[in-house]
Amino acid sequence: MKRIISGNESIALSFGDAGGVFASGYPGTPSTEVLEEMARLGAVYCEWAPNEKVGFESAMGASIAGGRALATMKHVGVNVAADALMSFSYTGVGAGFIVMVADDPGQHSSQNEQDSRNYAKFAKVPMLDPSDSQETYDFVRTGLELSEQFDTPVFLRMTTRTAHAKGYVEQREKITPKVGEWVKNVPKNVMLPNYGKIKHIQVEERLLKLKEYAETTPLNRVEMRGTEIGILTSGVAYQHVREAFPDASVLKLGLVHPLPEEMIREFAGKVQRFMIIEEMDAIFEEQIRAMGIRIDLGKGPISYCLEVDSEIIRKAAGEKETSAMAPVQNLPQRPPIFCPGCAHRGLFSILAKLKVFVSGDIGCYTLGALPPIGAMHTCICMGASISAAHGMAKVNAVAGRAEKPVAVLGDSTFFHSGMTGLLSLVYNNGNALVIVMDNRTTGMTGGQENPGSGQVLTGNPAKQVNIMELAKVMGVENVVEINSYDLVATEEAIKKGLETPGPYVLVDRNPCILRYRVKNPPLKVDSETCTGCRACLKAACVALGLRDCGDKPKVAIDPNICNGCGVCSQLCKFDAMSKG
Amino acid sequence: MNIFNIVISGVGGQGVLLASKVFAESALASGLDAKQNEVHGMAQRGGSVTSFVRIGDKVYSPAVIAGTADLLIAFEPLEALRYVHFLKPGGRLVYNTGTINPSTVASGMAVYPKDVEEQIVRCCTNSHAIDALSIANKAGDVRAVNMVMVGSVIKNVPLDAKVIDGVVKTLSKGKGVEVNLSALRGGAAG
Repeated sequence: MKRIISGNESIALSFGDAGGVFASGYPGTPSTEVLEEMARLGAVYCEWAPNEKVGFESAMGASIAGGRALATMKHVGVNVAADALMSFSYTGVGAGFIVMVADDPGQHSSQNEQDSRNYAKFAKVPMLDPSDSQETYDFVRTGLELSEQFDTPVFLRMTTRTAHAKGYVEQREKITPKVGEWVKNVPKNVMLPNYGKIKHIQVEERLLKLKEYAETTPLNRVEMRGTEIGILTSGVAYQHVREAFPDASVLKLGLVHPLPEEMIREFAGKVQRFMIIEEMDAIFEEQIRAMGIRIDLGKGPISYCLEVDSEIIRKAAGEKETSAMAPVQNLPQRPPIFCPGCAHRGLFSILAKLKVFVSGDIGCYTLGALPPIGAMHTCICMGASISAAHGMAKVNAVAGRAEKPVAVLGDSTFFHSGMTGLLSLVYNNGNALVIVMDNRTTGMTGGQENPGSGQVLTGNPAKQVNIMELAKVMGVENVVEINSYDLVATEEAIKKGLETPGPYVLVDRNPCILRYRVKNPPLKVDSETCTGCRACLKAACVALGLRDCGDKPKVAIDPNICNGCGVCSQLCKFDAMSKG
Repeated sequence: MNIFNIVISGVGGQGVLLASKVFAESALASGLDAKQNEVHGMAQRGGSVTSFVRIGDKVYSPAVIAGTADLLIAFEPLEALRYVHFLKPGGRLVYNTGTINPSTVASGMAVYPKDVEEQIVRCCTNSHAIDALSIANKAGDVRAVNMVMVGSVIKNVPLDAKVIDGVVKTLSKGKGVEVNLSALRGGAAG
């Protein structure tokens, strides 16, 4: 049956069809839909892990126990899982193992633009880079076979445009999952130095065998057309290349690590202009230059930043630009913002008012950094809010600065890697106020379950971890619940937390209004009472707006958008808002 | 057939993604190739959202290049202006007249351009305005704005109206079938 599905959906479908037994991962755009779709399909056991390292390790165990396994994550998740990756490369697998990584060129929804192909080189494991949904489907099966044939974890690398773009997919025959033996093999699986040294030699030998394989596998193919231009490319860039130069010859790499040196040399020798088109880093180019092959066009005119498209490729190759009108200038920007009714809005309006230093983290609440709120001052990686605040406080003590830092993070990020930061804060006599916005979902990625939500990925009930109890057990003496919709009480609680020396934890337990479909009646503004002072606009809520009203614009509330949370009415000094 | 490029723009939460899915599925049902492409994640929290749909005998790249779109469907006037440069000369623009304040306007940092529709007409000689919210309301659900917008371009896309009807039926559930079909018809008449 033919269907039109995204690359991520293809992975879920294909893993089930290819006899997959276990899948685990942590949500992160653009990787999240793989496990969501797998849960929907219901053919394979799958779960959310608290973080990518745990997900990778669980899949690793599944592979060792003889089940074909998959770990999913976004590019930055590999940094978290890298400890397991680097040594699992040494031990090799039991049953086939794929680590699916979704890169985000263009940084549509990420904190950086790292190119995961570097990890394949670093970990000395093969990497597949599909260019559309059908190839993604096919590469999952091939990847599992490759993993078993060469006794290695295999990377399946997606990018935003292969993960989310939809195209046609034809399914192949279904393989019934077979579980292999659960073998005790100490020299293979115990990476003590004496065993690890032997395994390293085997890894280098494996890489040589993979290089031979790369020369002949149909994963890599030469499409000979004209000899004037020859382009080496992979992933979604292949599609853009075909669009930009339909008559050019193409060396399309499906296996992007290790590279097929002889194939490349032969192809480059057959064409007059040899070009390399790759998104982000110059991984192919650097290796191919080292092979001593002449490259006529590489990274020079194509940036290391952002995505490529057919227009960028054409321009880089010296073709005429497509004529288009200039984009309309000076339009008001429309950045993402807290949903109307979101509990984060109340908290951040208080943090902004108190002008404290907020050590932030990754989640919807990161939007609190944007104007007009501007009340988050660092956000670097998952879980860093508490640990970075701890370091800041220690330096503040040295500098004689009295200010206590505030760490803000969500429930899912707390479970991911915030917990260990809190442990350090307690253990090392730290001094920070920690605010956990426990809305019982992994919000920014679309509302996934987590250890505090009471459900597993498939929707079945699960043990619900209580963050307040957890913080107490970890040794925090002051753990207080707050309600961010009550601005006065929240301000008092924050002030008390700042005045009390040592670790202090506040937990807001209001649910995510989007995930749990919370809908309150809208508020309305009495235009007689409203003075047009704009104090409420600091809430940065899209339900609010100014409308012409005599000589001074006054505030109006859009009843279709307002979720009745009451934050704006508490910011109003004239009591102009009321329940509709 | 030559490739037909559609750009759909709007605001996170308006149902842009489902509208794109209708076109892509309809192309498949018509025996054509199609690619659909959009960005998920952070952008969806009330931010500006776009989706590309490309239909043809064989489609490679999922991206539409500025200056090459045959059709721009804008769910909001400001989002029509923001992406109008994607249209090829003479390309068709259909936009919903209902405005949604961006957070920058809602917080008083920017002003919503009062002459947004005049600007649209100046930029595009082949534009059509539609009050999708009222039509969706009449169809029975304000959330059917996306299906009104699909209906509004039914004569502009190289797809059969009956095929689109069929796809919308399969993508809708329960009472939604009737609402969505009514929204499609309302959009086509608007």
